[in-house]
Order: sequence, then structure tokens, then C-alpha cells
Amino acid sequence: MKLLDESAVLAGYLIAAVLFILALKGLSSPRRARRANRLGAAGAIVAIAVYVLGHDIANAAWIAGAVLVGILVAVPAARRVQMTQMPQLVAAFNGVGGGAAALVAVVEFTHGPDGWARSVIAFTVFIGGLSLTGSFVTFGKLQGIITSRAVMFPGLGVLLAVLVAGAVASAVAMVLTGSMLYAIVLLALGLVVGVLFVLPIGGADVPIVISLLNAFTGLAVAGSGLVLSNVLLLIAGTLVGASGTILTVSMATAMGRSVPGIVFGAFRSTSSGGVDAGGPDRPVRTVSAADVAILLEYSSRIVIVPGYGLAVAQAHHAAAELAEILTARGADVVFGIHPVAGRMPGHMNVLLAEANVPYESLVEMDVVNGQFKSTDLVLVIGANDVVNPAAQSSPGSPIYGMPILHVAEAQQVIFLKRSLKPGFAGIENELFFDPKVSIALGDAKATLSELLTAVKAGV
Amino acid sequence: MDLFGLVTITVLAVFLGFEVVSKVSSTLHTPLMSEANAIHGIILLGAIMVAGQADDPLILAVSLLAVVLATINIVGGFVVTDRMLVMFAAKPRRARKDDAS
Repeated sequence: MKLLDESAVLAGYLIAAVLFILALKGLSSPRRARRANRLGAAGAIVAIAVYVLGHDIANAAWIAGAVLVGILVAVPAARRVQMTQMPQLVAAFNGVGGGAAALVAVVEFTHGPDGWARSVIAFTVFIGGLSLTGSFVTFGKLQGIITSRAVMFPGLGVLLAVLVAGAVASAVAMVLTGSMLYAIVLLALGLVVGVLFVLPIGGADVPIVISLLNAFTGLAVAGSGLVLSNVLLLIAGTLVGASGTILTVSMATAMGRSVPGIVFGAFRSTSSGGVDAGGPDRPVRTVSAADVAILLEYSSRIVIVPGYGLAVAQAHHAAAELAEILTARGADVVFGIHPVAGRMPGHMNVLLAEANVPYESLVEMDVVNGQFKSTDLVLVIGANDVVNPAAQSSPGSPIYGMPILHVAEAQQVIFLKRSLKPGFAGIENELFFDPKVSIALGDAKATLSELLTAVKAGV
Repeated sequence: MDLFGLVTITVLAVFLGFEVVSKVSSTLHTPLMSEANAIHGIILLGAIMVAGQADDPLILAVSLLAVVLATINIVGGFVVTDRMLVMFAAKPRRARKDDAS
């Protein structure tokens, strides 16, 4: 049925495009963000609705069934996921989007496009395929299915170069001959390159790669838009490609990294070990939860530095309660947030907001770094890499150049840590051996609840 | 639409994309990435277009797979972004409590 004419459909696309822009724009303010997300969803609904009402669609029942299957998979996954596992879910959603763009391009190739459209299809097929498998490898790394360490084997760089050259050759063959065979080969090469591209990237850089692949999927969608001559796909895909690129660069800047350094650095680096800490035998000072409670009693300026360990242990609520009790007793308690604390930039803010920590208590790195000198006690909960001085002092370290929280400038530092094992980036932390530093070993949640009991008993 | 029109739109959209995210604090980087992820799920429209024209069973199957994947992207993307953003919403209860103490 055709209820809308062509110009009405195009007007609907324009409305949808404006809603997408408002959605991205609105995400810059925490208060308006939720409404902005709804505007984005409304834009998508408007676009699909005007298309369906404006065209004769074959296979409508099949399509409706496929949409239903997609909804039944996506909604439970998105609603049930733990907030700590959200980065890998976003990666997975991004991957399937890239896969969809690649498949749409492959199907469009069967319609006998001209040479220009063939080259756009080649681009979309390759980038979409790469984004699909690349995203699933990041998913595996974050979920712990694949090791988070950088995976390298001799000749990987050469192999990747050969595969990319092969992809270029297949793309050229595809444009010249219009043969489906080359399109399939190109898709396969995109899938393999996606895996090999992400495998050598170490754990700490994975969030940046997710953002980069997100931008790639945007470009693949824009490519589909060009091929289908659909203005909305073109605008939405280009918007995401461009904003995703900026976002990737600003995330990388926040970590003191460069995007080419992350992507190609793995093929150049010779050192992956970081600091030679002289073996695990060196003495560290350990303390009990009760000792920590007493130290907290005597501290008037306290900075809590939360890390992913806090999130994994689901201890963000306990940390929030501790901060609340100490604040009620007159201490000045803030949370010092590293831009990449957690697994993605801003991830820790999401988790602490979930635990009702007031927005004003979350202090960004640049500000809190100026406050450590006048701080009595720093409580580092489940964080490691973001306070590791190796990022400043050891040029061979994988995290070298990342700005850190200078907790060592405070009077005293206490780590709540599960073990003395290195963090996600796999690097030894020299700070553990500093005389100002003591460590309370154990699960962050268990230690924090002991700490809470002890602090409450001390009233 | 002609090629020149499409290229014009692409170039303008690139600048717009740079502009809209240039002033976002790192606090909101994660939800913003998630929102951008949801928006490129509009590839669902493209998937429906090709599935709606498919006349060969194999092509229909491939198109329907694209529809399923794209639906997961767009629906999951918006729902998970909403879950993140609920936590950034204003909490008046909290503010009153702080005033009282």
C-alpha cells in the first residue's frame, strides 16, 4: 500500500535527520540527555514508518518476523546487562550493525549497479565486515573470553598487509567485472582483517578501538546510503562516522595516546613487559579493614579513586555509602575520576551515578590532581593502571604517556585490591612499594563492608 | 538524487558531525558513543528496502538476516543508552536531604 507520496517520505526523512542531530547534540548535557535519546529513537521510528507507508513492500510478513526476532534478542540483552558489562554490549551492537551494512551492500550488488556504485559497495562490504568481527573480538576481550593482553605473532604485520592488498585487488576486480565471487572474497577478507586488526591491541586501548569501529560502522552505513540513494542513511551514517572519529580522538587524548599509535603501535613495540619490578618478593605493607577505618577517622580530606575493580565487585553502592557517612562526620570526601576509569571514558561516572553519588562529588582528573598535595588520605578502590607512575616514568611501558592521578602526592595512600596482580593493561605498579602506601587485600565489596561496619562502630 | 547532491550532503554532514560532539565532557563519552551506535542502526531502513524488493529466496534470506542484525543494533542501542542515562537524571530527593543535614 502506498499511503504517502514520495515528497512526504522525503519530508519524513528530513524530520528523522533533524531528530538524530538533536539527539547527538542533547547528549552533551546530563540533564537533557535522556530526552535526547528518546528524540533519536523517535527519529528512527518516523523514518521506518514513512518508508513503510510510502512504498509497496514485498515479503512484508517475513520482514515483520525478522524485526520481531531482532527485538526479542535486543531488548532482554539491553535490559538485563550489568552496568559493568555495558561496554562489551555496545561493542556487540556495533558489530551487528556493521554486519547488516555489509549484507545490504552485498544484496545491492546483485541489482547490477554501475561502476561508481560498485566501488562504494566494495568499500561498504569491506568496512562493514571488518567492523563486525573487530567488534566481536573487542567483546571477547572485555568479556574475558579472549585474553585482554595484546596478541602478537611473528609476521602478523606482513600478513595484515598482504590481506589488505588482497582486499584492494578484490575490490578492483569487483568494480571491473561486477562478479559476485569477488564481493564474497572481499567480505571474507574484511572479516579476517577485522579479527587480526583488533587482536594485537592491548586491554587498556580496547575502549578506543570500540569507538573507532563505531565510526567505521557509521561510514559503512553512509556507504549503503550512497548505493541505495537514500539521503537519511547517508546523513545518519556520515554523522556517526564524523562524530565517532572526533570522539575516538578525544578519548585517545584523554589517555595521552594517539589513534595511529594505538592501531599501529602494536606492530612496532618491542617491549610489552613494562617496568621490571624486581620480582614479587619486595615487601609491601598490608593493613586490615579495621586499620583503614581508624585512618579514615583521622583524615579530614579524603579522595576516593574508584577503578574497574570496584565495578566488578559491585561495590559502588558500598563506596557511595562510605563517602556519605564520612561526609556526614565533617570530612571532605570526593571521588577522583580518571577519564578512562572503568572500561570506557565516563563509565565510572555512570556507575557512581547509579549508586546515587551526587554529581558534584565526582571530580575530574585535572582538578583533583591539584588537590592531592593537601589531601590526607587517598583510598584507591580496585584501580591500578590509572594511578601507575610507570605511565610517566617508564617509556617502554604500554601505558607510557597516559596521564595519571598523582595519588603519591597525598599524605597517605591505601589500596583496596583483590590481589597484587597487575591491572587490565598487565603492568606492574611501582607504587605498591612506596612507604606511604599500604594495601588492604581482598574482594573490594567484602573489604568495604568490613570497613563500613568498623567506621560505624567507631561513632 | 544526483551524485553532486549526495556528495554535498555528505560533506555538510561531516562538518555537522564534528561540530555536535566537539564540546562534550568526558563524563558523557560513554553514553554519546552508545547513542551514535544506536543511530547507525538506521541501516535497518536499508535492510528493509532490500528485503522488500527481494525476489530470490537466497537474496531474501540474506536480506532478512540483515534486518535481524540491524534491528538488534537499533533497538538494543536505544534501550541500553536509556538505561545509562536514567542514572544521570536529576535526583531531587537527594538534594533535599543534603540541605536538611
